[in-house]
Amino acid sequence: MNSTFKLTVNGRSHTVTTDPERPLLDVLREDLQLTGAKYGCGEGQCRACTVLLNGKSVPACLTPISDADKKSVITIEGLAKGDKLHPVQEAFLAEGAFQCGYCTAGMIMGAVGLLEEKPDATDADISSRMQKHLCRCCSYPRITKAIRRAIGNSPKAAQNRPIEPAAAYASSLSLSPSDAERVGVRGATASSFVMQGGAAL
Amino acid sequence: MTSQLETAESVELAYAQAVQRVHYDFGLKRRSFMQLLGAGLLIAASVPALAQERGGRRGGGFGGSGAKTIGARIHLGKDGSITVLVGKVEAGQGARAELTQAAAEELRVPTSAIQLIMADTGAVPDDGITAGSGSTPRTVPAVRQGAAAARELLIDFTAKKWNVEAGACEVRDGKVIHAASKRSLSYADLAKDDEAMKAFDQPIPSNVTVTPVNEWKVLGTPSPRPNGHDIVTGAHKYPSDISRSGMLYGKILRAPSFGARLTSIDLEPAKSMKDVVAVHEEQFIGVAAPTAFQAERALAAISKTAKWETAPHPSSKELYDYLKQHAEVPKNPYADELAAAKQTLRQSYHVAYVQHSPLEPRAAVAEWTDGKLTVWAGTQNPFGHRRELAGAFHIAEDKVRVIVPDFGAGFGGKHSGEASVEAARLSQAAGKPVSLRWTREEEFTWAYFRPAGVIEAEASLDDKGALTSWHFININSGPSAVDTPYRVENNKHTSRTVQSSPPLRHGSYRGLAATANNFARESFMDELAVAAGVDPLEFRLAHLGTEEDKSSPRYRLRAVLEAAVERFNWKERVKKKSTNMGIGLACGTEKGSYVAACAEIEIDREHKQILVRRVTQSYECGAIVNPDNLLKQVQGALIMGLGPALREEMRFENGQMLNASFGKYKVPRFDDVPELDIHLLDRPDLASAGAGETPIIAIAPAIANAVFHATGERIRSMPITLPETKKT
Repeated sequence: MNSTFKLTVNGRSHTVTTDPERPLLDVLREDLQLTGAKYGCGEGQCRACTVLLNGKSVPACLTPISDADKKSVITIEGLAKGDKLHPVQEAFLAEGAFQCGYCTAGMIMGAVGLLEEKPDATDADISSRMQKHLCRCCSYPRITKAIRRAIGNSPKAAQNRPIEPAAAYASSLSLSPSDAERVGVRGATASSFVMQGGAAL
Repeated sequence: MTSQLETAESVELAYAQAVQRVHYDFGLKRRSFMQLLGAGLLIAASVPALAQERGGRRGGGFGGSGAKTIGARIHLGKDGSITVLVGKVEAGQGARAELTQAAAEELRVPTSAIQLIMADTGAVPDDGITAGSGSTPRTVPAVRQGAAAARELLIDFTAKKWNVEAGACEVRDGKVIHAASKRSLSYADLAKDDEAMKAFDQPIPSNVTVTPVNEWKVLGTPSPRPNGHDIVTGAHKYPSDISRSGMLYGKILRAPSFGARLTSIDLEPAKSMKDVVAVHEEQFIGVAAPTAFQAERALAAISKTAKWETAPHPSSKELYDYLKQHAEVPKNPYADELAAAKQTLRQSYHVAYVQHSPLEPRAAVAEWTDGKLTVWAGTQNPFGHRRELAGAFHIAEDKVRVIVPDFGAGFGGKHSGEASVEAARLSQAAGKPVSLRWTREEEFTWAYFRPAGVIEAEASLDDKGALTSWHFININSGPSAVDTPYRVENNKHTSRTVQSSPPLRHGSYRGLAATANNFARESFMDELAVAAGVDPLEFRLAHLGTEEDKSSPRYRLRAVLEAAVERFNWKERVKKKSTNMGIGLACGTEKGSYVAACAEIEIDREHKQILVRRVTQSYECGAIVNPDNLLKQVQGALIMGLGPALREEMRFENGQMLNASFGKYKVPRFDDVPELDIHLLDRPDLASAGAGETPIIAIAPAIANAVFHATGERIRSMPITLPETKKT
């Protein structure tokens, strides 16, 4: 039978009358039209549905609405302050840390949850926390890079760099292994673009 | 050139046909659903009054008819807006960025000036299915031609207006400039001239001049995804996020096992629930309700009343025997070469069924208005989707509009339209829009799979270690990359695909059978190298010859292989051997691009695991259109490929999937990512090939070869797992 729940979502209070077992994810998406959190599996195995519940990142697909009663929920839609993106959002955008982007909201909320708990998270912290999140496009190296960037311990090459300007990248195209990119999760390595072959058309 | 294009198109059509479809056929009479609809709902059109294109091959190609006119490709607004229309979809592969770059390059405007409308069958030309790595080699050029034609029209318009030489006008920063008189005009000025705009009704000239690679300013640069901001803020609406007024949420009742047929069901338990709609037509049973939760409850209630007739179904344990028993395998025709050989080798390789499992499951929102159907769906095949919907409901194609918002990945898994048809059927019954999103379990059970296969290979070597014959048969998994790129004496080589009776519904996947064929071939090449007593690198290079034509496939394959081994330091590392560590290499080509990988692995005996420590991969696909996007595709494909290489395998028994969840079917996660050295070779002298698929084909055989190097055990199955006997 339906019950009534009061919760604060992205700073706004809401009263929801619904089945207590209904997932928070469905209430956010269907009742409040907040579709940023995604369904990916319904079993907490992909974390595309991650939101912050009283500041902690949780899988909204496994959280019954009754567990959110009298609590605060932050979704991806509530992360930016007006036009000002959250540093984790900025970092994901700057690093291009997504391909299809369906996992991105969950990834960002997971990373925000981690940084709320551990502002100086190490690579090991990132790896163990983010291990619960799936990206089927396998943008993992970029996501790791974005989280490092948000923490402020990103590798030198990526530091304080806005979305890489075309000119800078174009120079790395013509053989500049020094513009190396750390892509591994386990270790540092270089990626470069090497010109080869005959004259340009 | 023509023959290459035709080949590509036939490959593409093969992609569309390779998918086993669910054939829904709803016999509802037109009159009855008109009655159901009631008051009409307005469909908001994102691009009003843009003509739908049909007929004529205009370069969009690849199973589609392309843009018939310049105006069908490029729409100029009087406010200065530039809208580019393409039939391709964005599923994370980066087409939106690259197609925007293509238009911006030729129109001489920044990418931010371009609004790109993708895959709305009510607005865009039919550029065919988004598959087969086709957008880069075919749609990027088609968009460039259309945009270049629009640019030329602006020049002509200006020259005529001012009575000056067209050659004295230059297009720069979105304006045509006549330097001598210091005058300029913009695309908006052109759009305001009705007479000039009539020229947009003409076909895109095939000889229009596009910008040469060495003058590229926008193409060839790391242009970011245009709607990235909407991705990181959660503002982008994926198909499963689309909401319509009064919309219901649908659920479908699936059979309890493969091949089971419904004999009876009672819909009353669902119909008696408030606001719930239930439908039963033939084997289709579905419900729709104001919330997904209610729909699930309703489905559970009627599910209890359903009676099914089950059918026998083979299990995954007997899969490879089953596939062989149901295939006719041709005999090796090279008996003479085998008889005369110094050595012969014959092996069999297995590749399991795997699921694409895109993070967004199949999803669609369907809405009927006055007998017309609009569907928002995640599909790689928008016009095919439209055909499928029109066919299922017996209505004309122009009564159906398919809109494809950028969606949550496909990997070749979203070519078919069943979720859209299901949503449309429920919507028809409800008289309201219906959103249907498959569950993960449905995806793992009722979507189609990358085909499993058995590959049988036999070859002979002469006393110099050269291949004298090659016989390679793929049973069931398909023809992509089945031909060997290696030299065989006197061309005594046959590579073929034969069909079997597949127990699971199968279809396309990133690279299709190229992974299976390359796994078998590159493993077999390693085995032959061992038989010949030669280093696996030397053995491959010897069979790639010394061709100096830089556009030849063997030169290009050799180039990526040599680049990868050099960066990996293969020649030094192969001499050293430490316990439980191994290195392996593999290379391959498919769809006009080239890849080579070197992998270092560690054997964890205690946990019976293969740990991939480091991978160097070189990749070449002609002139690089967007290095940043390319790097993501190559990294992503490689890491995705680790899954089927090491763990992914659909297991089934008694017609039921045993591992239909992310908890049981283990796709790659953060911890699986090895140290990666990705190396992209740019070939501005060659046409750009698509890169969405081929970078996935080298990693599995490189790992299998590394396992052999580490253990002396040859694992001939994907996933590559250590035998039980080694568990100590």
